[in-house]
Amino acid sequence: MSTDREAILRRLKTKLYRDENPITDAFSRLQAPPLNIIPKRGANDLKNKVKNFIEEAEMADATVTKIEGLASLPKVITHYLASQNLPTGIRVADSLVDVNWGSQPLLSVKKGRAKGTDLVGVSRAFAGVAETGTLIYLSGEENPSTLHLLPPTHIAVLMEKDILGNYENAWTNVRLKCEKNAEGATSLPRAVSWVTGPSRSGDIEQTLLLGVHGPQRLHIVVVGNG
Amino acid sequence: MESSAHKFKDLAFTARRDAHLQAALGKLGSGFSLKRKEAARRLPEFEGLRDQAKTIKDHVLENLDFYLERFEERVIEGGGELHWCGDADAAQKKILDICRKANAKTVTKSKSMIGEEIAINEFLEKNNIEPIETDLGEYIIQLRGETPSHIIAPAVHLNMGQVEDTFREKHTTLEPGRKLDEPQRLLEEARSQLRDKFLNADVGITGANMLIAETGSTVLVTNEGNADLTHTLPRIHIVIATLEKVVPTLEDATSILRVLARSATGQEMSVYTTFCTGPKKSKDEDGPDEYHVILLDNGRSELLGSEFQDMLRCIRCGACLNHCPVYQTIGGHAYGWVYSGPMGAVLIPALIGLDRAGDLPNASTLCGQCEAVCPMRIPLPGLLRAWRTKQFEGSEKNTLGKILLKVWVTFVKSPKLYRGAMNFILMILEIFGRKSGGFQWLPLAKGWTQSRDFPSPAGPTFVSQWKKGLLMSDQEELQKRQKK
Amino acid sequence: MSDIVKNKAPVVGLFVTCLVDTLRPEVGFASALLLQRAGCRVEVPLSQTCCGQPAYNAGARADTKAIAKNVITSFEGYDYLVAPSGSCAGMIKEHYPKIFKAEKKWKNRAEALAIKTFELTQFLSEEVSINASTPETRITATYHDACSGLRELKIKQQPRELLLKVSGISLKEGKEAERCCGFGGLFCVKYGDISTGMVDEKIADLEATGAETVLGGDLGCLLNIAGRLKRVGSSMEVRHIAEVLVGSLDVPAILKTRKIKK
Repeated sequence: MSTDREAILRRLKTKLYRDENPITDAFSRLQAPPLNIIPKRGANDLKNKVKNFIEEAEMADATVTKIEGLASLPKVITHYLASQNLPTGIRVADSLVDVNWGSQPLLSVKKGRAKGTDLVGVSRAFAGVAETGTLIYLSGEENPSTLHLLPPTHIAVLMEKDILGNYENAWTNVRLKCEKNAEGATSLPRAVSWVTGPSRSGDIEQTLLLGVHGPQRLHIVVVGNG
Repeated sequence: MESSAHKFKDLAFTARRDAHLQAALGKLGSGFSLKRKEAARRLPEFEGLRDQAKTIKDHVLENLDFYLERFEERVIEGGGELHWCGDADAAQKKILDICRKANAKTVTKSKSMIGEEIAINEFLEKNNIEPIETDLGEYIIQLRGETPSHIIAPAVHLNMGQVEDTFREKHTTLEPGRKLDEPQRLLEEARSQLRDKFLNADVGITGANMLIAETGSTVLVTNEGNADLTHTLPRIHIVIATLEKVVPTLEDATSILRVLARSATGQEMSVYTTFCTGPKKSKDEDGPDEYHVILLDNGRSELLGSEFQDMLRCIRCGACLNHCPVYQTIGGHAYGWVYSGPMGAVLIPALIGLDRAGDLPNASTLCGQCEAVCPMRIPLPGLLRAWRTKQFEGSEKNTLGKILLKVWVTFVKSPKLYRGAMNFILMILEIFGRKSGGFQWLPLAKGWTQSRDFPSPAGPTFVSQWKKGLLMSDQEELQKRQKK
Repeated sequence: MSDIVKNKAPVVGLFVTCLVDTLRPEVGFASALLLQRAGCRVEVPLSQTCCGQPAYNAGARADTKAIAKNVITSFEGYDYLVAPSGSCAGMIKEHYPKIFKAEKKWKNRAEALAIKTFELTQFLSEEVSINASTPETRITATYHDACSGLRELKIKQQPRELLLKVSGISLKEGKEAERCCGFGGLFCVKYGDISTGMVDEKIADLEATGAETVLGGDLGCLLNIAGRLKRVGSSMEVRHIAEVLVGSLDVPAILKTRKIKK
């Protein structure tokens, strides 16, 4: 298709009078991405960010529990599953390695990517965005994407300190975490996923239905430092 | 896709008499548009974000070659492949090529308007590869052999009963006794059918809402999560996208995302927004082995630098459809090709030729509601008018409408002639209309009089009356005139 | 405004619009009277015909320019151009400067005219003031926002405030007062069936208000709405806002039987 490539680029350059119009600000835009308008909504102290995050996530039909410290996570999950009449088999991300799952002997914990038969997936969110109650997941060996996509119930573990005001804050953290190429450009994980509430569709008579292909339930456990 | 845009008037006539369709369209105005209004109200920066989104895309278009070459570099660097395709044929062949090399039997697909443009499903079927649409609405219309009637709600023209009938006919394993009388039950049936398809597909084809030059990423926005399963589970991920989808940076993509869902469905953000970059990394436990981007022109480069360049800013949110009184009256299928509503009426002539879609730019009152809600501030009425100008000036052919307009213009340009002619016509109309006070039939105005009365005039023109007695009128005189 | 400050009556060129000129001269007289009550001297250039919008929207650029030149020449000598139509005023104010963008001399003249061009209710609210002088009008009315006036000229509150102030009428708002009625100039003839669907939506919304009268600022929409109401046998009356503001309700509403003339 190299001929198509050249033909298309030639057309574009002709249309843009590229000989007369040199590229200037486009270079610098990629080198140092400028910040655009950022809604004030997310700009708050941590306490209010957490509050905003929870409000927005609940507005998007997620449910939220707040706990202090990871120690009680297995217990909270057990309670949640019981409250929803769900079985106790869960598929858990390696990123939650510090958690003592053994403290809840009833839980049957599997690791690794999710299979079509898994009913509950538990993974750790890289960040939460207060602006819209959005979770951000980075794919990788410790956090397979299938965990938040395939099982009909997803439990997201979000550290309170990872709740940020806006998406731009999250991009800053993503860039810090990721490798760069020789020119300084960021190499993103295969999938950076923003998730705002459980899966839904309005395709049948514009009726809101939850859980079409992704999870029907999204439960977020916000973990404080306490 | 075959076009029936030349049959617009007939299709619109039928659509107006389709009771199912009319019931579905009735819900649009109170659904999407009210939700958009509320989302815009909740975000004080919304209007500023619209300006920003427009500025970003204008900047991209001025530097389209640069950003596409940068995007290409980054895709390749990330282990992906990028295929430039000039037209639908080239794209179809490339996709088939990739599928054949992978020995693919089934392909899952996440809704893509470009996929519709290049009719990829038909093409794959012809070549013995089974394409399966996974967006719920798109899945339903695929079973029915229909095309989308709305860019974000493809099955908006159907009701529950029609969906149930389709499932009963096409899902051969469905027990006759199973109840499907609620939306939730229909959803569960579709979900269970599609689960295995997701897990067993060889190739996943998605569209892209944006391409990011900075990182070589493709951005996918859905509410169902079907795009994510489509690109995560099969061995191969193919993205089909047109040139104008590229944006410079992650921040720029973010700004546009802030107006996309709000304009489309009134959500603060769609449920799933995923930035896909390359195939799976060496230690990843899931994700595809191959990542291909089909970068398609299909007429876009022709629009660049033309009077229709603004249309290349479109992000396919559907707001112009949701707010268009014409769309709400006739639905999407009447437009006859992939797109519909105001954006379709501008884009379709550009992509398939004005001569094959001549009605579309004319079938609008230019009420301006589309431009008022367009997140990218595309001057849609102005672009529709620009097509009319091309039609009027570009063709030697004299239609009846054109001749009548020319005659009218001749009079309008000459005030004395105009006044005389108007007074003559008014006199005639007054004589014929005196009794009833209105007309139920008038020559050359059947479009009006078939459903509306036309008033009978009450005398000579205002200007003539004014000239006669009231050139330097005083109030009293005027009032007398009023009360005559 | 400066002219009024200096106690000199501003001279308004009344652009009556082709529809008022031919089909409802009452609106022209009412507009003139309102402008006089607001302290203006009203003149009606006899050389006016049409603003050229039908040609413009049909894509006939050269013809539009010729028509526009006639309007510019006829009206540029006045302090103001006022039209009882948001559609025609919008054409002159918003589109004339655009259509002459390649002809500097005409562009300047078009821009100079655009600045002093107003739709009637906009002019009566923003440039001059008019005091209550009509007897209390006992009608219940709903207002239809015509598209061009609403979206090109941002006319929304002006007619409502005038109605309250001058005639003591408060309106029953339609849920979809801003929805297009389906007139659209030649559209309603070329695509009569679609247009009918649109006007039916419109009148359903108007009738749902329970008002007995529909008011609006554009005769095109009003003829369309009145034409459909009459055909479906509705008793709702349709009038131009100028008729109500001036207090001339003894003139039959649009398409209601006129008193027999001598």
